[in-house]
Amino acid sequence: MLLDIANLSKRFSSGGRDVAALNDVSLTLPPGETLGLVGASGSGKSTLARILLRLTSADAGSIRFEGKDWLALSGAELRRRRAKMQMVFQDVLGAFNPRATVASVLGDPLRIHDIVPKVERPREIATLLERVGLPASYASRSIREVSGGQRQRIAIARAIATRPSLIVLDEAVSALDVSIRGKILELLVELQQERGIACLFVSHDLAVLRAVSHRIAVMEAGRLVEIASARQVIENPQSSAARALIAAVPRLVTGMPERPHHDV
Amino acid sequence: MRRIRNLMKTPEGMAGFGILATLILVALFAPVLSPGDPLRIAGDPLLAPFVDPAFPLGTDRLGRDVLAGIIHGTRTSLAVGIAAAIAAIAIGLCVGLAAGFAGGLVEEALMRVIDAFQIVPSFLLALAFVSVIGASVPVVVLAIALGAWADPARLTRAQVLSIRERDYVAAARVIGMHPVEIAWKEILPNALPPVLALSAIIVAAAILTEAALSFLGLGDPNIVTWGSMIAEGRNVLRSSPSLSIFPGIALVVTVIGVYLLSEGFGKTLAGSEA
Ligand SMILES: Nc1ncnc2c1ncn2[C@@H]1O[C@H](COP(=O)(O)OP(=O)(O)O)[C@@H](O)[C@H]1O
Ligand SMILES: [Mg+2]
Repeated sequence: MLLDIANLSKRFSSGGRDVAALNDVSLTLPPGETLGLVGASGSGKSTLARILLRLTSADAGSIRFEGKDWLALSGAELRRRRAKMQMVFQDVLGAFNPRATVASVLGDPLRIHDIVPKVERPREIATLLERVGLPASYASRSIREVSGGQRQRIAIARAIATRPSLIVLDEAVSALDVSIRGKILELLVELQQERGIACLFVSHDLAVLRAVSHRIAVMEAGRLVEIASARQVIENPQSSAARALIAAVPRLVTGMPERPHHDV
Repeated sequence: MRRIRNLMKTPEGMAGFGILATLILVALFAPVLSPGDPLRIAGDPLLAPFVDPAFPLGTDRLGRDVLAGIIHGTRTSLAVGIAAAIAAIAIGLCVGLAAGFAGGLVEEALMRVIDAFQIVPSFLLALAFVSVIGASVPVVVLAIALGAWADPARLTRAQVLSIRERDYVAAARVIGMHPVEIAWKEILPNALPPVLALSAIIVAAAILTEAALSFLGLGDPNIVTWGSMIAEGRNVLRSSPSLSIFPGIALVVTVIGVYLLSEGFGKTLAGSEA
């Protein structure tokens, strides 16, 4: 297994209110698989994503990633191994330092992890940009001069720059126009197949997950209530949470083309 | 450069910039505009303004040229105001950054110190400081800065706390950036602009505080300042009010210029974030 999450729990207490954001969540992810994580707003999806990326600490539970105890890592060792797990954020505005240029956004991970020698960095940046469907000339632009959909392409380029084995995408297309959304999803599926990267794709929208996921996990109020193949969850949901999410997307079962099957 | 161009698009910014640019030129070229010691006795005492072309603004009780005093006083006011603001912002930034990044007990302790400095009226603090240590320009600058650093410190800490939670800081952690580099490259440059926007207000307040100290005779006695000129004119306020009015006008124009500039900066800052 690439990723093995066991009995993860996290409580938040704010203003006298005590919330179990994650309650005894366990799941596994083999290399190269896309797992969709769906749930209503507030069900704990982002909390799981942030704990995975070591942006928030867990109260209890364990995570093994690439065979190592991921939660035990710290300092320089953690920073070094972060190359293998990357993230794409929902907020295409907030995910970039407003002072950054496209070149600095992509150059930082290349420099920090010494992915290519310094002299080859501009070439690598150009290759990354072209891979996500942007002209190499974008490198010199300020991030502020780039549109939302293009920013998400840059975020994806940043995520693949360090050659990760897992990418966590938290509502990565939710803020985008429907027309752009399809293209970004296509790009993600393509990259994922071409490089064998595993994805944890977080969304509240089953239609999006159906287009990209091999399996889908359903969360409700901090608990994982269902996990099965994408087809099974959509055509034969077992939990009331899954049924409610399906009901929220009209014509889901017949409406969208299914993800082309391939071996994982 | 782009910021200055944006600034010139707002009427406040343009007016403030014009006033301050003029004042700065006057301060820089004071020895050319009015050669010699402005404190020397230059003519008959108490000459009325607008009478003798050699002394357009007249002379004071000792026969010192009022115009020369105002021109050279520009130097003192601007130099003390700007130096005090730089010192206050520098102290405020250091303390605010330390509090924002350290957290825990260090943050608690620093915040109580900031509270203490905010509670004491800054003019009293400056007054006490100067009367204990003695009046000289560096002491006056430090005294004013001591009463002015708490606001920038508080704002810096608030900025750090808010920016630390932004997604781009999370993104920097995710790519494995070192915490020191995150603080230096991701947080600090974005925390700075609102704090720097405070500097105009601090300059204006510092100029007024310096004038008030000089008015009370606690300025540096060896240099001419508007405050000491107003105090000097007060003795003959009824017979020659112009001795106090001219330096008073200079003071008001300077402070208004600084405020206008800060308004203009505030507007361009708000515009660039939208
Ligand atoms: N930093 C936090 N402080 C307090 N409560 C939080 C925090 N982050 C998340 N929560 C709470 O945890 C629960 C799960 O939130 P989240 O993981 O963001 O859900 P989702 O991403 O599925 O919408 C929510 O009730 C939310 O209010
Ligand atoms: Mg969320």
